[in-house]
Amino acid sequence: MGSVAVLRKGDYLIASIQSDLSDTEVLALRDDLLERVGRFRTVGIVVDVAALDVIDSFVARALRSIAIAAKLRGARTVIIGIQPDVAVAMVQFRLDLDQLRTALDLDEALALLEREPERKRADGG
Amino acid sequence: MEGELRVSVRTDADLVTARAEGRALAQRLGFRPPDPTLIATAISELARNLVMHVGHGEIIMRPLIEDRRYGVLVIVRDEGQGIADVDAALRLGRGSRGGLGLGLPGARRLMDEFDVHSRPGEGTTVTMRKWRKRDDLERLREKRERRA
Repeated sequence: MGSVAVLRKGDYLIASIQSDLSDTEVLALRDDLLERVGRFRTVGIVVDVAALDVIDSFVARALRSIAIAAKLRGARTVIIGIQPDVAVAMVQFRLDLDQLRTALDLDEALALLEREPERKRADGG
Repeated sequence: MEGELRVSVRTDADLVTARAEGRALAQRLGFRPPDPTLIATAISELARNLVMHVGHGEIIMRPLIEDRRYGVLVIVRDEGQGIADVDAALRLGRGSRGGLGLGLPGARRLMDEFDVHSRPGEGTTVTMRKWRKRDDLERLREKRERRA
């Protein structure tokens, strides 16, 4: 069965998917991240999907629902690590990921979150 | 070369197995990226329809060996309520409840051949194929290996 490592880095959460996930596990990840956003006052979530061999309509919807629900909780989500083959499949499938922010890797994702925070941090006024 | 694979699909864990098997078969047949991923994604989508809308079904995968091309055949079969309007399901991605409606248009775009057989009350069978050409070099090499 698949697993996900979730790390805290400052005001951000980094969820690194370690292997192919079943639907149940994808939904559990969503609920877990949303709970942690409140607990740690997270302003940004990075989800690393490099280990996912397949992103079909269900997984795409789940990622989108993480992003939308996290936004309602005041956090911004960036998806990183979409594999080249997976990207081609998503285009041919015509999966709509317009609402998702993506970046190539963790450095770029963190830079993106720094540039465009969803809400001002407490210490920044 | 090799025989057919059957995966009985009931849970979302079976779905992970089905798409992994499909990818592995495509790779064994020499499909190059991104094709194994396209095949795995189409299988995943249809397998999910089985789990979500029908409850269970079966996926059969078979290698297709021809002189000038190799192919992967995937048959996704259920005994659900069937799809009343297959054309509409293929166009809009909406089928009747209990059918393989959702995701059909997307899956079709990932494969080379795609056929849906369905009758209300009698279940649905989706047959899909993806091919790869075998070039002259590859065929010559195999002839030489057979002689050796």
